[in-house]
Amino acid sequence: MKMPDPDRSIMARRDEIAETLREIVPGEGVILSDRELQVYESDGLTAYRQPPLMAVLPQTVEQVSQVLAYCHAEGVKVVPRGSGTSLSGGALPLADAILLCMGKFNQVIEVDYDNRCAVVQPGVTNLGITKAVESKGFYYAPDPSSQIACSIGGNVAENAGGVHCLKYGLTTNNLLGIEMVLIDGTVLRFGGKHLDSPGYDLLGLMTGSEGLLGVVTEVTVRILPQPETARALLLGFSSSESAGDCVAAIISEGIVPGGMEMMDKPAIEAAEAFVNAGYPLDVEALLIVELDGPQAEVDYLIAQVSRISKKCGAVTSRISQNEDERQLFWAGRKAAFPAVGRLTPDYYCMDGTIPRNKLPLVLKRMREMSEHYGLRVANVFHAGDGNLHPLIMYDANNPGELEKAEDFGSDILKLCVEVGGVLTGEHGVGVEKRDLMPEMFNEIDLKQQLRVKCAFDSKALLNPGKVFPELHRCAELGRMHIHKGKLPFPDIPRF
Amino acid sequence: MSHIKPENAAQLEEAIQWVLSQEETMEIIGSGSKRKLGRSVKADHQLDVSALTGITLYEPEELVLSARAGTSLMEIQEELAKHNQYMAFEPMDYGPLLKGKADAGTIGGMIACNLSGPRRLKAGAARDHFLGFSGVSGRGETFKSGGRVVKNVTGYDLMKLMAGSYGTLAVMSDITIKVLPAPPEEKSYVLYELSDEEANRAMSVALNSSCEVSSAAHIPQIISNKLTQEAEERAMTLFRLEGHGPSIAYRVDKLASILVDFGQGSLVADPESRSLWQKLRDAEVLSKSEERSIWRISLPPAQGNAFMGCLKFNEQAEYYYDWAGGLIWLSLTGDHNASLLRDKLKSVGGHATLVRSAIGVEDAENPQQPLEPGEHALMKRIKDNFDPKAILNPGRLYADL
Repeated sequence: MKMPDPDRSIMARRDEIAETLREIVPGEGVILSDRELQVYESDGLTAYRQPPLMAVLPQTVEQVSQVLAYCHAEGVKVVPRGSGTSLSGGALPLADAILLCMGKFNQVIEVDYDNRCAVVQPGVTNLGITKAVESKGFYYAPDPSSQIACSIGGNVAENAGGVHCLKYGLTTNNLLGIEMVLIDGTVLRFGGKHLDSPGYDLLGLMTGSEGLLGVVTEVTVRILPQPETARALLLGFSSSESAGDCVAAIISEGIVPGGMEMMDKPAIEAAEAFVNAGYPLDVEALLIVELDGPQAEVDYLIAQVSRISKKCGAVTSRISQNEDERQLFWAGRKAAFPAVGRLTPDYYCMDGTIPRNKLPLVLKRMREMSEHYGLRVANVFHAGDGNLHPLIMYDANNPGELEKAEDFGSDILKLCVEVGGVLTGEHGVGVEKRDLMPEMFNEIDLKQQLRVKCAFDSKALLNPGKVFPELHRCAELGRMHIHKGKLPFPDIPRF
Repeated sequence: MSHIKPENAAQLEEAIQWVLSQEETMEIIGSGSKRKLGRSVKADHQLDVSALTGITLYEPEELVLSARAGTSLMEIQEELAKHNQYMAFEPMDYGPLLKGKADAGTIGGMIACNLSGPRRLKAGAARDHFLGFSGVSGRGETFKSGGRVVKNVTGYDLMKLMAGSYGTLAVMSDITIKVLPAPPEEKSYVLYELSDEEANRAMSVALNSSCEVSSAAHIPQIISNKLTQEAEERAMTLFRLEGHGPSIAYRVDKLASILVDFGQGSLVADPESRSLWQKLRDAEVLSKSEERSIWRISLPPAQGNAFMGCLKFNEQAEYYYDWAGGLIWLSLTGDHNASLLRDKLKSVGGHATLVRSAIGVEDAENPQQPLEPGEHALMKRIKDNFDPKAILNPGRLYADL
């Protein structure tokens, strides 16, 4: 992965830049020592490492604004970072960029139960929001598997998902407002505690923009009353086709489960060996279907789903009888990544989304690729929304195997696009999938996206080298190619 | 002025390139059902997308539907109903309110105006169900964004920019949305004769419970008979419960016990319940009088009645609350209320939109609430990057957007 060439003149000014930034963020707010910077040299995508020019840890919005304004004036690049759990290298530092760490913004500012929202600083963890409101019977719905560590600011940047997206939506559907700072230091607020806003939906645009448009300094999220109860079914199938058919049948009957997760045989075996959740080992696909809501509804729908699963040929079927058993059903799925980690020195987690009914085809092609590359793969699948997480097992100590794993991963993502899906469902493009963007978008599509970037950050100082395979100057992107003198088109009805 | 009506996406691109080359401007229309909403457009040409029609993909078990931008919502809704599915965000029909035909809207207009309805509390707006599109920018270039799957973070979410942009950034030719299974049943639990303040509290209590109330509205006494056609005028507070029969029955009991301090309610079943929410959705309960202007005020739900309380209106003010207090539909005589409403909103947050001016009053300068300068400047830069020559719906949102 080639990152933009570092700007040597900026690197040569390191001490001077640090001195100015220390005036803005006094005390220990600027980190320069190699030893301390090691902590920051990678995010959740550990295959890539690069210490930043320096790390800056502001504590106030005013400081963020001043730091960014200074960087803007001086042409210094900035990489924003929350908890650093990105799986796509979104927070990967650059040698000539300051790393702007938002970890000190860790306060819940206000919980407004009457308006069912919480106003929090961006460094509050995803789970931290639920912890702050659960005593009153509320929770924050999106639940990415890193929720214990990932920050809500990072969730906004990546539009994080989780296992409950089909029913409760992604981050973007659960935000009411943000405060953010543009690269020139301008502080803006979009949305608030109300449900919609006039003008363009900049709150929606910011969500999932991977730190390329601005730095989020405050987030207002919707909180929901906890469902009265939840129960789960554990369903085993002799083929991924019949498991997929079951998912389609459940939805066709008008049922939208709170969660619907599928695992393939290698993932089932790994998970069972790790946590002994009681998963059947003689099935090809396992489905966890969770129904949540009022007691009467859950009891009714559990019976419906059980009936549908029999019709679809489930060979094993268990219904959780209590909360402990429900948690046990989930334990294997939630531990799937570390469970696969026990089988292999390294694994590479992919994140494509496909139309659900293409799953059998995709799994078949993936088995062929697995043979071709000589690397094993296990699959966990958010079956409700088509988000697929293949885990490619490899050993980085074997020369060339990381590259092979990456090529395998690329092939899987290209396949996702080929069958009508997308490169990334919830992990983001980052550096990891940057060079695959042309698989999904042509040059005009990408240039239009880059023009959005120009409206926010015309000098391309915020998180450069991420998301877009090629950088273009905004002046060049702004040029118009008008074909003068072309005749009006006679085919178009006009009157 | 010419009226250009492309019949396919290629012609749409040609048409926009032609207008661009002429250094002229165009108004974008589908069925024209929301033409009177917002600022009017003065343009050299009219670009009519109503010939771009047809559902191009519908896979019920995948919960996805694609259609060309000019496809009528009626057609889409009928097709969805065949498979017991719907657009959960319940797009309102502006037709009746704007003195046009009912049920005339297109999917393109629905997205461009980011429509929603009473179920917004639970299901969001069009923006939340908009998965992908293809369209032509003001640069005359066809581009696409998004896809046909719900979980997608590949590149910027340009769908959010298009939803609510009123055709000022690009003209969409193809649209893909998420659809959902329609709830098999609905019932409404109704409390009577609550004051605005009591109703606002009752709606908060209901929404904060696990009863999964999908809509909550309060209709003050003076307009209640327009909703029910009953002779007796009494304030009504409605709570919508949707889903499978056993679940609704259970939740009705639970809701009644949670709200017992607010009195004994009654239950309205289908099809009356659906009809009540449709009238509330389309603001049909407000006066049709042409001397009135109609406002749509979006604010934090729990502040709804306090906001109304601090406005000293004449007795002819008609209003009701949707979104558990977070949306106020307000009908007033005369048009000179913008600064009053917007000043009062400053302390609670939110915005006021002039949906319809009283007849004889000139077009308001800002039907949509003016933005903070920094935010406005950023939106202008976005507009300039999509439509540098301002050829698409110039001035539709604000004077320069």
